[in-house]
Amino acid sequence: MNMQSDAMSWETVIGLEIHAQLATRTKIFSGSSTAFGAAPNTQANLVDLGYPGVLPVLNQNAVKMAVKFGLAVGAKVAQRSVFARKNYFYPDLPKGYQISQYELPIVEHGKMDIVLEDGSTKTIRITRAHLEEDAGKSLHEDFQGYTGIDLNRAGTPLIEIVSEPDMRSAKEAVAYMKKIHTLVRYLEICDGNMQEGSFRCDANVSVRKAGAEKFGTRCEIKNLNSFRFIEKAINYEVARQIELIEGGGTVQQQTRLFDPDKGETRALRSKEEANDYRYFPDPDLLPVVLDDAFISDIRATLPELPDEKAHRLVREFDLSPYDAGVLTASRELAEYYDKTVSIVVGGDRKSNAKAVANTVTNILTFSLNKENLDITESKVTPEQLAGLQSRINDSTISGKLAKEVFEVMWAEGGSADAIIESKGLKQITDTGAIEKVIDDIIAANPKQLADYRSGKDKLFAFFVGQVMKQTAGKANPAQVNELLKSKLAG
Amino acid sequence: MAELHAQTLTELAAGLRAGKFSSVELTRHFLERISKYDAELNAFITVTSELALAQAADADARIAAGTASALTGLPLAHKDIFCTDGVLTTCGSKMLSNFVSPYDATVVTRLKQAGMVMLGKTNMDEFAMGSSNETSFYGAVKNPWNLAKVPGGSSGGSAAAVAARIAPAATGTDTGGSIRQPAALTSLTGIKPTYGRVSRYGMIAFASSLDQGGVMCLSAEDAALLLQSMSGFDVQDSTSVDTPVPDYSATLNQSLKGLKIGLVKEFFEQGLSNENAKPVREALAVYEQLGARLVEVSLPNLPLSVPTYYVVAPAECSSNLSRFDGVRFGYRCDNPRDLQDLYTRSRGEGFGSEVKRRIMTGTYVLSAGYYDAYYLRAQKIRRLITEEFANAFKQVDVLMGPTSPTTAFDIGAKVDDPVTMYLNDIYTIGANLAGLPAMSIPCGFLDGLPVGLQIIGGHFAEAKLLNVAHGYQQVTDWHKRMPERYA
Repeated sequence: MNMQSDAMSWETVIGLEIHAQLATRTKIFSGSSTAFGAAPNTQANLVDLGYPGVLPVLNQNAVKMAVKFGLAVGAKVAQRSVFARKNYFYPDLPKGYQISQYELPIVEHGKMDIVLEDGSTKTIRITRAHLEEDAGKSLHEDFQGYTGIDLNRAGTPLIEIVSEPDMRSAKEAVAYMKKIHTLVRYLEICDGNMQEGSFRCDANVSVRKAGAEKFGTRCEIKNLNSFRFIEKAINYEVARQIELIEGGGTVQQQTRLFDPDKGETRALRSKEEANDYRYFPDPDLLPVVLDDAFISDIRATLPELPDEKAHRLVREFDLSPYDAGVLTASRELAEYYDKTVSIVVGGDRKSNAKAVANTVTNILTFSLNKENLDITESKVTPEQLAGLQSRINDSTISGKLAKEVFEVMWAEGGSADAIIESKGLKQITDTGAIEKVIDDIIAANPKQLADYRSGKDKLFAFFVGQVMKQTAGKANPAQVNELLKSKLAG
Repeated sequence: MAELHAQTLTELAAGLRAGKFSSVELTRHFLERISKYDAELNAFITVTSELALAQAADADARIAAGTASALTGLPLAHKDIFCTDGVLTTCGSKMLSNFVSPYDATVVTRLKQAGMVMLGKTNMDEFAMGSSNETSFYGAVKNPWNLAKVPGGSSGGSAAAVAARIAPAATGTDTGGSIRQPAALTSLTGIKPTYGRVSRYGMIAFASSLDQGGVMCLSAEDAALLLQSMSGFDVQDSTSVDTPVPDYSATLNQSLKGLKIGLVKEFFEQGLSNENAKPVREALAVYEQLGARLVEVSLPNLPLSVPTYYVVAPAECSSNLSRFDGVRFGYRCDNPRDLQDLYTRSRGEGFGSEVKRRIMTGTYVLSAGYYDAYYLRAQKIRRLITEEFANAFKQVDVLMGPTSPTTAFDIGAKVDDPVTMYLNDIYTIGANLAGLPAMSIPCGFLDGLPVGLQIIGGHFAEAKLLNVAHGYQQVTDWHKRMPERYA
């Protein structure tokens, strides 16, 4: 049997459970701060510590953020949702139960479109998104065989976004995760910081023979907190499952952990060892009841969403769908772009939008990528970039020299004006000055002049080139063309 | 003037305001009685003498300055289920035998702000699980009417302390009858308010959807006074209800003419013919003389309240008690080998057998495969019972009947038979399942042991209950009787 054709006959099935920490100032059921990075256990009050007698009080902002998310993915926002207790013992879970939502989540039946490699669009269904509290952290290092517990994170609000098993490759899973990542930051409901664990996911992965109706047995890979890890972990897991089945084995339903150092997943616990969480409605909290007015008030606060924005850029400014996609892929980039366009002086909106889009998607992106920087770390600010475009608009410099100005800006800083000044890049628009150069060139090249006048039109380019060379590219091209034509005609 | 300890809280309040005695004198009197009698009663787990005298001195200053409230300077004891800042709070368990609470429960805060003086913390069944106060890590409490008998539970320490007049009043909590049954067994007035009327913040949870704080005292008038300060919405308890607290004392003297009293057919038609129910029958006759009418009502599902309760309450407690794991506070076993050992031994050694029994029952009824058959079904019956009560209150103003099926029983008589013990709560549990306010008031004696009359009202009908109880206490003196030994 041919190995390649066999591998081709397997289909991968992936569903993601994304955990996004909500950007509330205080915890979901207590008044403690949610700020990251404080000394261990300094941001945990009696409620977070699960002291005897304390009670949870729901943070309304967490509810608003979950509703915002639901509306942004076109989901049904439940008018009545219920908090439940998920019971299990672990030292970083102070109460011995996590308050979550189980049977009645706040958000159900949403969707998110992703763009596949071939350019086509695929819709990933979102089963549900529910509110819950995060657990604390167990610190396994630095305690000589003991485990340290930091409860600062305990009680931080999360939404868990559960997808249907609609993804068919690691790339699709990453594309979906990135779209959700972009969305939660657009909505300002999550800072998206994956290193700090604000945005992470569990991936449910299974394989089946292409065309099979039933899903294969799945494994859940826990706590993936980088796009790269998700892709590697899923690809490893898919290969592991296929190899296992082809070798005559069966996949066991398991929870697995990805080891980024070794690039492999390993079993954490089997289905048999899984906890019975004994969910039941939390009697300390009332059902969350939302009326239409509350939901429509939140709908009114929604910003322009990435997909909407991309469509608008194409429609209004004739940007290519590709450029529009790049510019809206992150809230920060979109904001950079919007800000730049909004402060350019001169030119009409559409031409500025196109010109800035070109600069951002080509020159700026190239520079960022070369130094592996994020847009928030760009060495050229929107103000600088807008200044450059403004100087093109008012003909201070030619488009050709703009790239040179940009490179100086990137390398040394400074405004477009200062760079143009110090490098002497100002465009020559003085007709007299250009005429003088042209006259000199005509005088120095009598043969070419004669040839041109006898019908060798192509020599026009030679004269343009000579003028530009003489002026170090600074002569205004339109003026050069016009003046040359009349002078050469005699 | 009667001896200080023979007076009701209302009388003591008047005496304080009239300057007949100071709060310090009053407090010292009760502290002396505690040190004289509590060795035999075991009603207190902690006596806070110094704190009490300091609070009393503050109260005297407030009274002198004219900034006192009705309760300023009056002593009381708190059930040891209420967290008290800087004071040992054990919940009757070895698990919390070293737990000094870093904060006050809302009930404690409110009574403190009113100027009340805390004498100490009273004994109770472990985590409020029991009907005889025999499950306490701190030992059984004796009934002041007969030291061989139980005082009832779980608020047995509060009951014994007030009945023996070593405290003029005490807080209690009632999850299935834990205020009313001990009040009945020790001849006290006890009230469990509507669920949500009194904040549960700082009250160590047994069964969150059933637990409700209340008071045990000597008269309906006293209960009105205390409840006034304890009640009301609390932002820290999402299940507390934001509805105004009426002036309970203002309506105490309303006429009972035309009052419609419901007798629950399923419970009391047989129970009332029983010789044991003679005092209850006589009390009903008193109400008829006061102009009330007796009406039979039917609550067909009420007899299911005990099995329903013994699914719901253990389910909630199994989860509520998970936080006692030996990690952050409370009892921790010596030299744990690993995490599993830490959990297993800390909980195994820290909890008593009744608590373990309920945790196991609760874990079982919530388990995959059993949840629907037990927990969900119990919730359905709970809703039916609640509806049946609501329908009954369309026909009658209050329901009445016995509080407890028997008078106080011998210490040790039922400890090995949990099911018989559970049946003690047969008359009281319904009000908890439906979240209704309910009282027990003294209505006589059988063989020298007190009998209680239970009065149940509709949601937030505390004022009506207190009025009905007060009317009876104006024409009877059962509530004034005290055990000779402590007179």
